[in-house]
Amino acid sequence: MYRLDKLFAHLSLIALAIFSAQLAGAQSMQGASKFPGIGRSATPAEVIAWDIDVRPDFKGLPKGSGSVEQGQVIWESKCASCHGVFGESNEIFTPIAGGTTADDIKTGKVASLTDRKQPQRTTLMKVPTVSTLWDYIYRAMPWNAPRSLTPDETYALVAFVLSLGEIVPDDFVLSNTNIAEVQKKMPNRNGMTRNHGFWSVSGKPDINSQACMNNCVKFVQVGSTLPDFARNAHGNNAEQNRLYGPYRGSDSTKPPLAKLPGSIGEGLAHAAETHAASTKGPAALFKNENCSACHAPNAKLVGPSIADISTKYQGQSGAVDKLMAKVKNGGSGVWGSIPMPPQSQLSDEDRKTLVVWVLSGGK
Amino acid sequence: MTKKQIELSVKEVSVVEKPANRARLVKAPEHFISQELIADINANGLDETRRGFLRKGFFSALGGAAAGLAAPMAFAADEGDPAILEKQEWQTTLGKNVATMPYGVPSVYESNLIRRESPGLTRVSAASVAFTPLQGLFGTITPNGLHFERHHQGWYNLNPETHRLMVNGMVKNARVFTMNDLMRLPSVSRTHFIECGANTGLEWGNVAVPTVQYTHGMLSCCEFTGVPLKILLEECGADLKKGKFMLAEGGDGSGMTRTINLESCLDDTIVAWSMNGEMLRPENGFPLRLVVPGVQGVSWVKWLRRLEVGDMPWNAKDEAVHYIELMPDGMHRQYASIQECKSVITTPSGGQQLLDKGFYNVSGMAWSGRGKIKRVDVSFDGGNNWRTARLETPILTKSITRFNIDWVWDGSPAILQSRAIDDTGYVQPSIKMLRDARGNRSIYHNNAIQSWKLDSNGEVSNVQVG
Repeated sequence: MYRLDKLFAHLSLIALAIFSAQLAGAQSMQGASKFPGIGRSATPAEVIAWDIDVRPDFKGLPKGSGSVEQGQVIWESKCASCHGVFGESNEIFTPIAGGTTADDIKTGKVASLTDRKQPQRTTLMKVPTVSTLWDYIYRAMPWNAPRSLTPDETYALVAFVLSLGEIVPDDFVLSNTNIAEVQKKMPNRNGMTRNHGFWSVSGKPDINSQACMNNCVKFVQVGSTLPDFARNAHGNNAEQNRLYGPYRGSDSTKPPLAKLPGSIGEGLAHAAETHAASTKGPAALFKNENCSACHAPNAKLVGPSIADISTKYQGQSGAVDKLMAKVKNGGSGVWGSIPMPPQSQLSDEDRKTLVVWVLSGGK
Repeated sequence: MTKKQIELSVKEVSVVEKPANRARLVKAPEHFISQELIADINANGLDETRRGFLRKGFFSALGGAAAGLAAPMAFAADEGDPAILEKQEWQTTLGKNVATMPYGVPSVYESNLIRRESPGLTRVSAASVAFTPLQGLFGTITPNGLHFERHHQGWYNLNPETHRLMVNGMVKNARVFTMNDLMRLPSVSRTHFIECGANTGLEWGNVAVPTVQYTHGMLSCCEFTGVPLKILLEECGADLKKGKFMLAEGGDGSGMTRTINLESCLDDTIVAWSMNGEMLRPENGFPLRLVVPGVQGVSWVKWLRRLEVGDMPWNAKDEAVHYIELMPDGMHRQYASIQECKSVITTPSGGQQLLDKGFYNVSGMAWSGRGKIKRVDVSFDGGNNWRTARLETPILTKSITRFNIDWVWDGSPAILQSRAIDDTGYVQPSIKMLRDARGNRSIYHNNAIQSWKLDSNGEVSNVQVG
């Protein structure tokens, strides 16, 4: 008996030791967990690694600094290809700078938002807080390599962006010690309102409509329709609806029908005849392999358009082999300074399909 | 089977399935005889000449498709519909094995109903939108493969084994959960709509796009399964008295962040891993996303990796540069989150073509971010007179409700509209009322009554009235 008791005592000591260890591991959680065995405490290093957000009160902002001049160097190598040298580009993203004045910096409300003199809203016309710029650039830029900037580089880039809007002078050095002062100069710092009923489920709507049932409108007037030239701008409606059943798509490649097709669907495509091939073939490959992230049919994006490539190499012998090698190994210099990354994941067959298709102008 | 093998076998099967050359889908006789002849036969009956026309049309139509037919035609054309009189391939041969497609896909005849981008809307496909084809959907649930997509920096297949959720900020214990942990917690399954705040945003100024896919297709509805946010926050000892705000952060390249209103959303927000019975699709946040019922889609952070409780909003990029609404006085409404009551007729809708006059079941969807749908009225005369539609059950809060209404179309031009009312009594407004209140530069939260004009030729187009 004695031995057994001793054993029990021993066991419970061990159990206590394990229990204490668990408690320590849980960093002495107050109150018992409802769900023992689930989850664990985050280590301080883990919280630092992930909790990178910066609030308007600059909670979370790392120490550091960067100058406009340093920012300009980074901008030109990592940002200008999408945003333009002066943050003015409207090609790939909407413009960063423009539309703000020295007066806006004084008032904190961008006048061109009201007088509509600026055709398009830029980032600096909208953003009320410097913290937003710092947080976003640090967490998500550059576009194709997020989280690659250091805090000092981020300070420099924010300083450069602010200088584009003449919010800080060209010789400015932005740091964690002066950023709060800079925030007081943001051109649209007083341009936001939370005076609306859309933040909370119980908020008050701004429109109070009535449900009239009869003779509600004296004269029904059509105020806006899709212009004729846009009839097929979203592709053929017939190929975006079922080819059977009561609701077909109208053939938007042609003018509207002269009369009802009748229950037989005269003049409409039928299920046996047409199948949208859009999920297969080179066009789908082009999209699925993300070629379309940089190349558009007719407009220059990050890379040249399909039309431009096709025109450049038209009639050139060996163009297929040349471009197949370029797609595989990457290349630069032909269309500008932005390099095309190697696409080594593509099979030879897919690569050929894509190149032949692009050279044909995407037909 | 590995993932690669499944993809391969689906590819092979699709090739076999493609009916372009092989299927002997015999056209019904009406499809190759003229309207005039039908009218003639209806008026004067059949004689030998007319019988001859029918036979001729019939055989010429069969010429291409019926190459595989060994026996001559067994029936004269006027005896009936070849779809009934003829034996079809699927009646007379052995069908495919079970699990020929280990992960099933829709019929090839459904291939037109896919997610689509709106040309010219965005410039980079990694930060773009693919719209749900509402014009082809039934009921309330969006099939997972058709759920709309909106990414801010492209999508990834995150490895669920290494995915973590961290809860920190104003909590007693900053904690880390693996998928193994989360999926052991008590879960709920609830059906909710998700709508992008910019849905119908293109139409603030004027009609801009042709079909309901592009006007309203940033809308989907799924049964989501996950652990209630409240359970997680309480487990971590969150200070919910002082912490009225929560930052939700995604694990993608954009590190998407949004401030969540805990006072408004704590009770029904879900940290979800499932949609419609399977794991979330990668485009929709696999393996974890936030589900914030009634709130615009941007707050339903995908690839969710961190929740931080705090005492003020964060002014993240998508709260201070985008998803803000420009009012006529030059002020921007910030943190406008709730998707108000809205509805749209999906069949018939813009870009569709009706075949003939007669009976139609006019059908659509209604939803409200503030509660349940109470009533939907439908007008066929541009909003002058209204009739109340049937609501299909179940009617769930912050979810899509399907409505239907009988209609006999007499062939004359019509303008179809639907108007939803939710259980707070809020009535879906006209576009004019919205513009009067907010101008036409708002982009977000356009919940206007949608008008579809039906012409006498059966074509439906997008219009705005008033």
